[in-house]
Amino acid sequence: MRIFLAKRVFTLLLTLLVATLVVFVVLEILPGDPAAVMLGINAETDTLNALREELGLNRPVWVRYASWVADLVTGNLGISYTYDVPVSELILSRIIVSFPLALLAMTLSTLIAIPLGVIAASNHNKPMDFLVMSFSQIGIAIPNFWFAMLLTLLFSVTLRLLPAGGFAGWDAGIVPVLKSFLLPTIALALPQAAILARVTRSALLEVLQEDFIRTARAKGITNQGALWKHALRNALIPVVTIMGLQFSFLLAGTIIIENVFYLPGIGRLIFQAISQRDLIVVKNLVILLSGAVIMINFMVDLLYAFIDPRLREGEDV
Amino acid sequence: MFSTLAEVLRHGLKNRSFVIGGTISLLFFLIAFLSYFWTPYPVEDINIAEKLLIPGAKYLLGTDHFGRDILSMLIQGARNSVIVAFVAIGIGIGCGVPLGLMAAAKKGWIDELIMRFNDLTFAFPALISAIMITAILGPGSVNSIIAIGIFNVPVFARVARGAALSIWKREFILAARSAGKGPFRISVEHILPNISSMLIVQATIQFALGILAEAGLSYLGLGTQPPMPSWGKMLNEAQTFMHFAPQLAIYPGLAIALTVMGLNLFGDGLRDVLDPKLRRGR
Amino acid sequence: MTLLQVQDLCVTLNTAHGPQEVISHINFSMDAGEKLGIVGESGCGKSITALALMSLLPLDSQTKGKIILGGQDILKLDSRKICSIRGNRIGMIFQEPMTALNPVKQIGAQISESIYLHLKLNRKQTLERVTELMDKVGLPVSRFGLNLYPHQLSGGQRQRVMIAMAIACNPDILIADEPTTALDVTVQEQILDLIRELADSSGMALIMISHDLGVIAQTTQSVMVMYTGNSVEMGSTVDVFQNMLHPYTYGLFSAIPHVGSSALPGRKRLSSIPGQVPELHLRPEGCNFVDRCSRASKMCKAKKPMATRVSDHHQVWCYHPLSREDKR
Repeated sequence: MRIFLAKRVFTLLLTLLVATLVVFVVLEILPGDPAAVMLGINAETDTLNALREELGLNRPVWVRYASWVADLVTGNLGISYTYDVPVSELILSRIIVSFPLALLAMTLSTLIAIPLGVIAASNHNKPMDFLVMSFSQIGIAIPNFWFAMLLTLLFSVTLRLLPAGGFAGWDAGIVPVLKSFLLPTIALALPQAAILARVTRSALLEVLQEDFIRTARAKGITNQGALWKHALRNALIPVVTIMGLQFSFLLAGTIIIENVFYLPGIGRLIFQAISQRDLIVVKNLVILLSGAVIMINFMVDLLYAFIDPRLREGEDV
Repeated sequence: MFSTLAEVLRHGLKNRSFVIGGTISLLFFLIAFLSYFWTPYPVEDINIAEKLLIPGAKYLLGTDHFGRDILSMLIQGARNSVIVAFVAIGIGIGCGVPLGLMAAAKKGWIDELIMRFNDLTFAFPALISAIMITAILGPGSVNSIIAIGIFNVPVFARVARGAALSIWKREFILAARSAGKGPFRISVEHILPNISSMLIVQATIQFALGILAEAGLSYLGLGTQPPMPSWGKMLNEAQTFMHFAPQLAIYPGLAIALTVMGLNLFGDGLRDVLDPKLRRGR
Repeated sequence: MTLLQVQDLCVTLNTAHGPQEVISHINFSMDAGEKLGIVGESGCGKSITALALMSLLPLDSQTKGKIILGGQDILKLDSRKICSIRGNRIGMIFQEPMTALNPVKQIGAQISESIYLHLKLNRKQTLERVTELMDKVGLPVSRFGLNLYPHQLSGGQRQRVMIAMAIACNPDILIADEPTTALDVTVQEQILDLIRELADSSGMALIMISHDLGVIAQTTQSVMVMYTGNSVEMGSTVDVFQNMLHPYTYGLFSAIPHVGSSALPGRKRLSSIPGQVPELHLRPEGCNFVDRCSRASKMCKAKKPMATRVSDHHQVWCYHPLSREDKR
């Protein structure tokens, strides 16, 4: 078990390191001169040089990389060029919007998808199955920003029940916050739920074909019993994989959704930073988000070992 | 090859998803193709006097805030989506499949390297990296093709590798190896034809995803730039006018949803037709 | 006392060529404590017969005939009642111990499942019973913890767990479907001995399904030979093995390689039955064996033979059963 854990942690650190390398190369090396990118084409040489000094761009590449990684590890994410505030502060002020939103969306999606997937699998080839599959097909095909717009059209413009966008701020109280979160959560959750329901269903159907399900029934367990007590846990493995992947989809989704609903979250921040060419913010935010995704995948890996005892011993099954 | 195509059609026509999805997809491609020759109105024509008209006899789906005919824009938007998604798949298959085949053929550290590289690419949320790339390289269709294409590479590499690994275990491969054929020749002559069905199915899925991705990037302003119409961009512009011209928001979204659904259904149907022969081999 | 009566059992399955009858007009009966073998090559319908007894056939199959257990026709029962019979009055062990156990559940939990379900014992009693069962099948809990997972056991050990699961509720009948085929030869003996002992000590009836005549010889008192979905010969194991009547049975025995003096006189090469088993959808009108039988006549081609009772415990389905001279 310890070997397993050690290996996983090692892979985790390695992946994080490579991620920093990739981000560094793409955002500092590739553009050629980050200062020029940030200031634009018409910048004067003096301003450019000043910025280069400030950013330490005149140091050798590997020094810049090493000091950046060192900063990351100590939690120093630099100062935003546009806003002149520490990036970490900026991120913090946005995370309190994005994180709850992502959590809500993830929860809603799971709560809808897994039961639907189970229902579809236990009613294979019957009307309920087709219904769930149709819902899934539609959910996958609809672009989430369009869905968001439709929701806004219905609930804000026509029915005037909910705000069309904007965030009331946590100080305004829990109800206004939930109101601003409701439509975005649904817009985020539904496409994810569609995918998840599909995966749950097919994973279950596959497991239900396995020999040990027949053994369970030979013991007198009913079909439903076999599904809940034997099939589900085995089907969880692919389902959990997708849920882990969904986190990164969710992240991508928040970028768009926050733009649709004018929510001051991480997604909007990244977008604004890119438009403002604030490479410092972009660089650190990207590595932060990628780091989060890598961590989530790591935890999903650990979760596998919890679900499937065959994976606990180490390498070979 | 010809006989298998006829066979595929024969079995396919019995499959509901294949037929419905195939019809929608065919329609979509035809419309995209049509755009090269004719659209009801030229999309560059800005006609402020006739802006924001509701659907009527003259403009079948109405006009947008610049007076451009929505129907024509949708038609050209189809072409845009096809091109972006298609080339992106080309990149994905062109780079991903050889990588996957190589990983399956050589195993060992090459395999590990390619799989880690794959995992890494999955670790970067697709949209964020696409945004990064377009931020550095600038917005535009070419760059969004590159960004989306980069994301297809690990997908195809993974699918190719997985399928190839299961073919490598089969006995006729052992026969080929005993005859002295090297891994490269085997990969090209034997493995590739046998995994082609899986790749085709995956390609339809990635094509649909490519259309969604292109729409997302265009919505954010990072994709196709005017004057070329893009469904995503149309939605972005429609958002400002939602209160008095809601129809602007409906049509492009509907176009995207229907096309993607059609492609997904077709992919499903195709998999059903091609897969039973595949499944038994596993 | 007759425990089980199978009357005119026919099963139709949905195949790529449409619905096909895979077993036809199977009749046999078993007394309590009797050990019956069902032997035949792969695809002859042995497993289907077993699954039919357990009502575990696929949903799109059709079963005709009667299976009378303790006075009830179990084919007519609703699913709740069938569930109360499976694992309780009939237990079954399957061929592939590697895949037949749930990989993510501990073996203790898997064994106790049917105990909770059917015997409704409390936790303590269940634990005692599981411990007892593990001992009985040769996996003493002192060495094999109940919290072990299947992948931590060998094939033979997993098969023992399956046996423990199947006999947990003291069923009247134990069905063993090729229980040793997937195991190493050395382990096979042990498992067969175990099954036989368990059946003897508890008075359980046993249905042993195998394609291996040796297994049948070791474990059964009566045997039914099947070929392409029909019974071709049935009787006490001793009778059938020593005085086989059906050409197919003879063919099966001839195909066994003999070493040294026990070789049949004049035999230098391995003999095999000429021809091939007919495919499901190409089965002939008359006797299924007609194309491979050296004794086939017009009658054989035209109509399927009925059962001919040769002695109290010996029946054959053949128009030209073998006599002593034929077997020289």
